[in-house]
Amino acid sequence: MIDLTSEDSLTINPDLARSILTGFIRSEITRADFRHAVIGLSGGLDSTLSCYLAAEALGSDNVLAIRMPYQSSSPDSLDHAQLVIDILGVKSLTVPITEMVEPLFERFPESNQVRRGNIMARARMIILYDQSEAFHGLVIGTGNKTEILLGYTTLYGDSACAINPLGDLYKTQVRQLAGSMSLPEVILSKPPSADLWFGQTDEGELGFTYAEVDQLLYLLVDQRYSPEECVDKGFSKSFVSDVVNRIRRSHFKRVLPPIAKLSNRTVGYDFLYLRDWGT
Amino acid sequence: MKLTLALAQINTHLGNVEANLEKHLKLAEEAKEMSADLVVFPELSLTGYVLQDLASAVAHRPTADDPIFSALLEASQNLDLVVGFVDEDQWHRFFIASAYLSRGQVVHVHHKVYLPTYGLFDEGRFFAWGDKVQAFDTRFGRMGILICEDFWHASPPYLLWLDGADILLFASASPGRGLGSEVQLESARWVEHINQAYASLFTSFVTHSNRVGYEDGLNFWGGSTAFDPNGNLIVKAPYYQETLTLVEIDLNQLHRTRSRLPLLRDERTALVLQELNRILINKRLDNQ
Repeated sequence: MIDLTSEDSLTINPDLARSILTGFIRSEITRADFRHAVIGLSGGLDSTLSCYLAAEALGSDNVLAIRMPYQSSSPDSLDHAQLVIDILGVKSLTVPITEMVEPLFERFPESNQVRRGNIMARARMIILYDQSEAFHGLVIGTGNKTEILLGYTTLYGDSACAINPLGDLYKTQVRQLAGSMSLPEVILSKPPSADLWFGQTDEGELGFTYAEVDQLLYLLVDQRYSPEECVDKGFSKSFVSDVVNRIRRSHFKRVLPPIAKLSNRTVGYDFLYLRDWGT
Repeated sequence: MKLTLALAQINTHLGNVEANLEKHLKLAEEAKEMSADLVVFPELSLTGYVLQDLASAVAHRPTADDPIFSALLEASQNLDLVVGFVDEDQWHRFFIASAYLSRGQVVHVHHKVYLPTYGLFDEGRFFAWGDKVQAFDTRFGRMGILICEDFWHASPPYLLWLDGADILLFASASPGRGLGSEVQLESARWVEHINQAYASLFTSFVTHSNRVGYEDGLNFWGGSTAFDPNGNLIVKAPYYQETLTLVEIDLNQLHRTRSRLPLLRDERTALVLQELNRILINKRLDNQ
């Protein structure tokens, strides 16, 4: 049994989180001279919650939710996304990606699930960014802190976005916030899945549960415990080292590509401005 | 004697001094209409907070020939103002600063003496460290100004207290952090605790003007407060909303509280100095 001194360490005040996050969405979209948001809505928990927050922040009319099924996607995903669209009254669009990705799959028949999953995630990114221009809206990312830290995401695919409201909430906390906002029970209770292939679940693919890994990440990242101290707390050595390695190996997904420094002033090193510069 | 103090809890435009000046002048006018005597703006209220390479571009001198300050000094004919800005000195060092303006004059300028350069903060990279902590006289009595990290350290409020400040004016642009199960963030709770503690320990008025809004992913939580010399909360602005919050400061409370609790009278400054010298000399010896 894991010996956590404060068992509620991952517990958040959902009303406070909701108020900060809706304010963040409103501020960061409007000061960039936009009024609209574009969201890829899979029918899963993260994108549903992001859609709820965006609708609350901007008004339903200003949110475009896009369903992007592949031929093997679970029909439940499509139904759940539609349920959210109906409840919130946001604008919606359905753009299947099958015709986009099939030619590539045929060109490289040997490509494995990972390659195919990445291609699908990046095809969805293309649609979202195209609609970003067409709808004059910014793409809202739906990644949470757990998947960002574990690198459980496709670079330039589902990780691509203009702003990322849920990126500092662990999956456990996303679930808590979602529960407080009365999301449909069917979405709250289903197992998390990227739905890139039949029967895929996050926890099955990762090899551990979010409940376990969130406690460990909270100690390692938020509380600055050393890996050894986490083992002392009761986590298995192999689990701790697996997670620590995952964080390190996936760091390239969390930073912009390094620029080779030549001049006295180089983007990324000593040309430093926030994105909100001047607004 | 009583004074009506207004806490101007505002959002700012990052790096757009003209736009921020306009908001200052508008709020100063509103505060005056509400019979305020003094309006206190947050840290870097004229520039925004995460300036990075903008720091040098938004700097101003607090003088009558500066276009920004000439407008503020004119406004100070109606009521006193505390404004936050980037001060560029004659050697082109850039300071995070707050100026007290009254009746067309610059009464006092405080340069932030503690620049947080850790965690999410990087102030020491872009700004020079202030080197003075001094109280100053106003038409309402003696006051002191500190900026955010200055009062996360116990010594600057202590020094202002000994220097005779009866009203400590704290200004912040405090990024919210530490979401837990409480109704406010950890950073907010911490600041509220210490400000209440300073008011109690120093039997003084402690006001805190904090900003609101966002800069990229950072949120600023507001929740500006004033505590009286008994350590009682006398006003609190809402979290996350732009507001002008007025509070009446009854300076006679100093007389009543300090009659009961003469902490300032009994403070043994010579003992403090003696022990500080001993500690510093020992530290120096230890390091040799």
